[in-house]
Amino acid sequence: MSMTMMESDTRRGFIDVRDMGVTFGANGSQVIAVENVSLNVQPGEFVSLIGPSGCGKSTLLSIVAGFMKPTRGAATLDGKAITKPGSDRGVVFQQYSLFPWLSVRKNVEFGLKMAGVEQSKRNTTARALLDLAGLLSFENHYPDQLSGGMKQRIGIVRALATSPQVLLMDEPFGALDTQTRVVMQEILTNIWQQFRISVLFITHDIEESIFLSDRIYVMTARPGRIKAEIKVPLPRPRTAEMTDTPEFMNLVQELKGLIREEALAAMAPEIKDRGLAGFGMKVGPKGVGEIF
Amino acid sequence: MGSMANPKVVAIPIKGDRVELVDTMTTSTPENPAPQAPAATASPAAPESIVPAAPEPEIVPTISLRDIGRGILKQFTRERLTALGLALISVGTLFLIWYFGTKYRFEFYIRFKNVPTPEQVFQQATQVGLSNAFLVNIAYSVRRILLGFFIAIAIGVPLGLFIGKYRRVSEFFMPVVEILRPIPAIAWVPMAIMLWPNNEAAIVYITFIGAFFPILLNTIHGVHSLDGVLVRAGRCLGASEAQLFWNVILPGSLPHIFTGLAVGMGVAWVSLIAAEMISGQFGVGYFTWEAYSLVDYPAIVLGMITIGVLGLTCSGIIRMVGVLLMPWLAFAPGGKR
Repeated sequence: MSMTMMESDTRRGFIDVRDMGVTFGANGSQVIAVENVSLNVQPGEFVSLIGPSGCGKSTLLSIVAGFMKPTRGAATLDGKAITKPGSDRGVVFQQYSLFPWLSVRKNVEFGLKMAGVEQSKRNTTARALLDLAGLLSFENHYPDQLSGGMKQRIGIVRALATSPQVLLMDEPFGALDTQTRVVMQEILTNIWQQFRISVLFITHDIEESIFLSDRIYVMTARPGRIKAEIKVPLPRPRTAEMTDTPEFMNLVQELKGLIREEALAAMAPEIKDRGLAGFGMKVGPKGVGEIF
Repeated sequence: MGSMANPKVVAIPIKGDRVELVDTMTTSTPENPAPQAPAATASPAAPESIVPAAPEPEIVPTISLRDIGRGILKQFTRERLTALGLALISVGTLFLIWYFGTKYRFEFYIRFKNVPTPEQVFQQATQVGLSNAFLVNIAYSVRRILLGFFIAIAIGVPLGLFIGKYRRVSEFFMPVVEILRPIPAIAWVPMAIMLWPNNEAAIVYITFIGAFFPILLNTIHGVHSLDGVLVRAGRCLGASEAQLFWNVILPGSLPHIFTGLAVGMGVAWVSLIAAEMISGQFGVGYFTWEAYSLVDYPAIVLGMITIGVLGLTCSGIIRMVGVLLMPWLAFAPGGKR
């Protein structure tokens, strides 16, 4: 693990998003997905973006990844405008995105192969990374032979193989069951501890965001704006014991309060049931009794 | 590493997920935060999963690999034997219908009166089957098939990839494709004879037309059904447009392309035989039609069987190449080969 590619330069990897706005749809039926969002990720910092579903957090990540362009504002990486996807930004997707026709090792080698790195070097790097992910013994398996948690671990080290300046993660553990999720969070924090690169992490899981992050941005329901910015003062390296500390619990409570309002606001249009009147919501005209 | 039976080592195998067991290895770094994992989930399911397995967590994965392998082998052999048995019954039934139909001169709307018996055809096969003339006919047909088919691949696959990938290319080519596609290859025969300088080129052209459209359309479909996240992943990993084609879009479409090749090969044979019957010199189709003209009934059946065997061989080769090129399909969800 003493390879040069693994010691990433913590001086770099500064993500800056300024006054960003995203509007979908043509004139007349426009939907404002993201409005006036400014956020940043300092070099070597782990930042989470948390908010209710549909708040535009994945849209923001897509822009930073270079898949789409914002309607207003701009995103920059180390001062350079982001215009298209590139290997300076590793991306881990929510869906499993391993190439099913490549073996596990070839998947990890993919980015290096694209960059023209020679076979023997690719091989060494990929094996070191797979070792880090605890999956070296599966190097010759195909992705379809592996469990979801294993696939995502490979997805993470594949994104790291090209030594990107930042890692963008779009609810990477969203499809996993709770137990696997918790283990994956520990693995991720361990891996991050070794690489110390900037991470922008999208999630809707409060505990997950606190456990992993240095800083958390809370987004509002659509149109997505930054509602709060919360620092996580827990020491590094993070361990699972920390989730029992009062500091952790307090942060959870604080975030829960912030998120709950937004989650309810996000659901308001679809709630037509007086059963939710107790939440202090405005509800539609029909109650259950009127329907039956 | 991880010698103490901490709660996490236990909790994971309990889920019955053989592979997740590896997770315990992964996190056994010095700063391993393992022991508290279940607490972090705070999920109600956690306690009951810990209690029963706590005494002997290591016992879970003790089923020997050899037993599994033997089981699979047994299963596999039985599967194979069953399949072989059914295949023999199905072919045997066809043969028996032929045999008894011709033996008793069955005649009720369908007339077996003039149909040659299996013995006659067998005799014909022993006389003609290895004659030079007959082998030359086979060689001609195979050459035409190979030419037409490979030209269809060479044009159909790249064009299909581009049409599938780029909307503008699709908008340009698809109208022509949609007009030409419904025209059966046989309908091209008169035009092909006019168009091409000689019979040979015309027949190859008709074979090509037969194979081309299934290959093209399946390739397009393959590109369209490729998961978009794979293309995005490729881009993020620094693939240029050309690299993306070669390393993501082509391999990702390969299963559908091979479906196209299998269908295309079938249609190519249909088209070839029709073309040979109408305009040909040499070829198995020509042989069969000539036999009919000369009232040589056993030779007709011999020709038909030859066509069947050749077609079967060709699609078998395609399937084999497919398995060799795409070993991962054996593990694809729902995909059994």
